This record gives sequence, structure tokens and C-alpha cells, in this order.
Amino acid sequence: MPFIELSNVSLRYDNGYLAVEGVNLSIAQGEFVALVGPSGCGKSTLLRVISGLRPPSSGQATVHGQVVRGPIAGIGMAFQNPTLMPWRTILQNILLPLEVSARHKQQYRQNPKPYIEAARELMASVGLAGFENAHVWELSGGMQQRASLCRALIHQPEILMLDEPFSALDAFTREELWQAMQVLYMSRKPTVILVTHDLREAVYLSDTIYTMSTRPGKIAYARRVEFPRPRALELTYEDEFAHIVKELREQIGGMRTQISGLKGVGA
Amino acid sequence: MNPRTHDTLIAAGASVGLFVLWELSVRLFKIPPFVLPAPSQAIASLLPVWGVVVGHAWQTLWTTLAGFGIAVVAGVLLGAAVGTSKPLNLALYPILVGFNSVPKAALVPVLVLWFGIGTVPAILTAFLISFFPIVVNVATGLASVPPELREVLRVLGSSRLEAFTRVSIPFSMPYFFASLKVAITLAFVGTVISEIAASQKGIGYLMTSASSQFNVPLVFGGLLLIAIMGIALYAVFAILERRLVGWAYRSQNA
Repeated sequence: MPFIELSNVSLRYDNGYLAVEGVNLSIAQGEFVALVGPSGCGKSTLLRVISGLRPPSSGQATVHGQVVRGPIAGIGMAFQNPTLMPWRTILQNILLPLEVSARHKQQYRQNPKPYIEAARELMASVGLAGFENAHVWELSGGMQQRASLCRALIHQPEILMLDEPFSALDAFTREELWQAMQVLYMSRKPTVILVTHDLREAVYLSDTIYTMSTRPGKIAYARRVEFPRPRALELTYEDEFAHIVKELREQIGGMRTQISGLKGVGA
Repeated sequence: MNPRTHDTLIAAGASVGLFVLWELSVRLFKIPPFVLPAPSQAIASLLPVWGVVVGHAWQTLWTTLAGFGIAVVAGVLLGAAVGTSKPLNLALYPILVGFNSVPKAALVPVLVLWFGIGTVPAILTAFLISFFPIVVNVATGLASVPPELREVLRVLGSSRLEAFTRVSIPFSMPYFFASLKVAITLAFVGTVISEIAASQKGIGYLMTSASSQFNVPLVFGGLLLIAIMGIALYAVFAILERRLVGWAYRSQNA
């Protein structure tokens, strides 16, 4: 039985715009899935449907065999912006999920020490050791994004939703964080849904990649990636890797041509 | 010299410089005191009647604080309503803007009609003139919370209320404190307007009665006292702001 399942999900915005239409998707527990596609194809919208932040207009999402009807607790989320809270130190930001999630709240309040220790270890594993008491504005964008990933993971969520978390970073930092992400994924095996524009990123990190077409967003193509983990960064320069990237690029390229053809510009 | 003393010196130097310029101009151009008294004359005029002046100043101060206190409570409540609910926003904003456009001096006679002359209309004028910036800022602060910040909490299982107290409130605090600094100085304006029109107590009354006796230095003495009290209370809120929401300012110059 799939862990996360979308059956025939459509979502229409209040202004009548159909964001996604008839999406069927099933994700196994512990699977790393990437959703790629042109801007405005409803990738982020799907994340919000799965997490229960937005009810679908028709169809349904099930997680753990239960229909999603409101925000489901215990998800870790990271966005394109670090969305840290400037009134808290970095460590306090990372500990936030423990203060609010029902699963940890009480234990954390009674005995915060082991949790703080875990947070320090997590920070060290992404290269943030020594920045526990730093303020948000003292960190570079890349470091803030690392802290944001730590916050998404500290409460050991079963599901991790990553909404373009690496896209605002420079190329070197981005590749560093891919590796950090891989390490974190391998040690905890959450179910991950990554939304991205970056095909190399998707191929490097995921087990399965879904490309989406646009207006309205639909799942157009699915591609398994079988490289064993840990995957070295050098892998991204090998032919087999490049081949998959090209295959995906052509899928999306085909859709883009169609779109510009419809508009009567180019193609 | 550390940068802090440096900053203080600039601030103090400019104020002292202004008074020196004023004093010298009055003496140099031999401006008669009933047109523009020198600051020294204004201060000197306060000294013989100091006991009375302190009483009036105290009246103005507590009246202002009372009006300001009501404004904070009403402003926060209204601001929270306008900032979190779309229908309330649509319903209340036009009314509030319209109300704010009414000159508060024009309301004093109405308040006197209802409550008689004295302290009550002064408190109400101070309140009416100072609550609007608090409403607008609190509403703006609450409405500008990035939705992602709330979503992070919502998918952790937080209720809307918890997301509100943990994200929306701290996020809007800098907006709130910024409005307090504006509101406290406005509250002084409200009190003095009302005292000038309809009271037998307060610096506003002191100034009207001095002016009716052509005691222009004392009028200016009153103005100076209001300015000093205004600066003092502004400073109190500026310090509170630094203490409580310093994160919002340090983030820019760190």
C-alpha cells in the first residue's frame, strides 16, 4: 500500500484558474520523489494539498491510509526562503518544531537536554557547528538555508516537503547542500517530496522524478533513478546521469514548445 | 571615543546649537520678547511660578498617558481585527480613515458638550488623535506575516491560535513599537489642544492664560515644557523598543 496517494486531485483557485487537474500519484514510505516542471505548473500547490494546507477542489489525498482533511501534523517543510524567525537565535529556530509538535512537546519541556544535543549534532552535520547562538542576520543565505533544513528535520518527521529549497543559492553552495541533504536522508529515511526546477538536482537526489505539464498542471512523465546511494557529486558528470537529465529536459522542452506554439510566439 | 558617545554628542550638539542660534538671533536683532522671547527668557519666566507650573505639567502628563493608554488598548484590538479578518478590514477601514480625517480640534467642543470642561475631554482628545497610527501599524504588521512562516507551524500541528501567538505577534511587534513613538507625541498634541480650548488645568491652559496677559515668555516656557515631556516619553518608548524588538533593527546594521 502506498504511503502517500493522490487520486484524481484537481485544484481550482477562487479566481477560476485551474492549477492542477486529475493528478494521480503514489509514493512509497521512505521514497525520495522530485516534482519538476515549468513555473506555474502547480508543483507547490500539490505539496500544499498533500500537507493539508489547501483542500483539493476534487479528488483526495491520503497519507498513511487516511484521507487528508486539514493540516497533517509532523511534516517538515523547507522553502525557497529560509523563513527563519529573526527574534530567535539559530538554535532556538531549529528547536521550534519540538516546542509545538504534539509528539515531542511534553518530553521536550520536561527534559530539553537530549533534544538540544540532537540539534547540535544535526547542525554540525550540515556545517553549522558554532553558530548555535548566532542571530539569523549574522548568517549568509546558504547558512540560513542549512538552518532551515535542520528545522525541517529536528523532529524526525516521516514526511519532508522541500519547496525549491536550494534554488536561491549559488551553484557551489547548492551542490554542498545536495550532499548534506543526501546524508540526512540516508540516516533517517523520511519520505521526501522535492519541488525543483533543477533537473540535475532532481536526478542526483531522487528515486523517482515526475515531470509536470502546465496550465493546468498534470503529471506528464515518470522516471526512476536507480543509482545506488551514497551518490558522489562526480556522478553528475557521467554519461548515464547526463542521459537522464537530457531525457527529462526533452520532456519539459516538448511541453514548452507546445505552450509557445499555442500563444503564437516562436516555435 | 566609542561610537555611542559620538552619536549622543551629535544629537545633543544639534539641540544645544539650535538654542544658541535662537538666543543669539533674538539678542542680535533685538527682537522684543512679546514677539519672540529668547530661550533664556522663556525659562526664566517659568522659575517664579515653578510650583504652579509643575502642577499644570503633571496634569498634562497624566492626562496624556491616560489617553495614550486607552489608545494602545483600542488600537491593538482594532488593529488585530482589521489585520486578521478580511471582512472586518473591508468594513472598518473606510470608517477609520474617515474618522481620522476629522480635525480633532473640531471635536473638542462636542466632547465638552457631553462631558463638561476639564480632564475628561482632554483624555478623550488624546485618545482619539493617537489611536489611528497604532491601528494601522498593528494591522499592517499582522497582514505582512509571510504565509510560509505560519505554514511551517501549521504542518507541525499548531492551531491557528498558536501560529498567531508564536509567529504573528512577534513579527508585528516592531510595527507596534514604531507606532507607539508616533502615538505618544500625538497624544500630547491632543491633550494640549483640549486644554487650550476647554480646561482650567494643564500646560495648554497655562499658555492660554499667559497669552491673555501678554506674558509671551511664559507661553514659550509652556511650549518648551511640552517639548521636553514629549522627548522624554518618546525616549522611554525608543528604549523599550530597543530592548524588546532590537532584533528588527540590529538585523540591518549588523
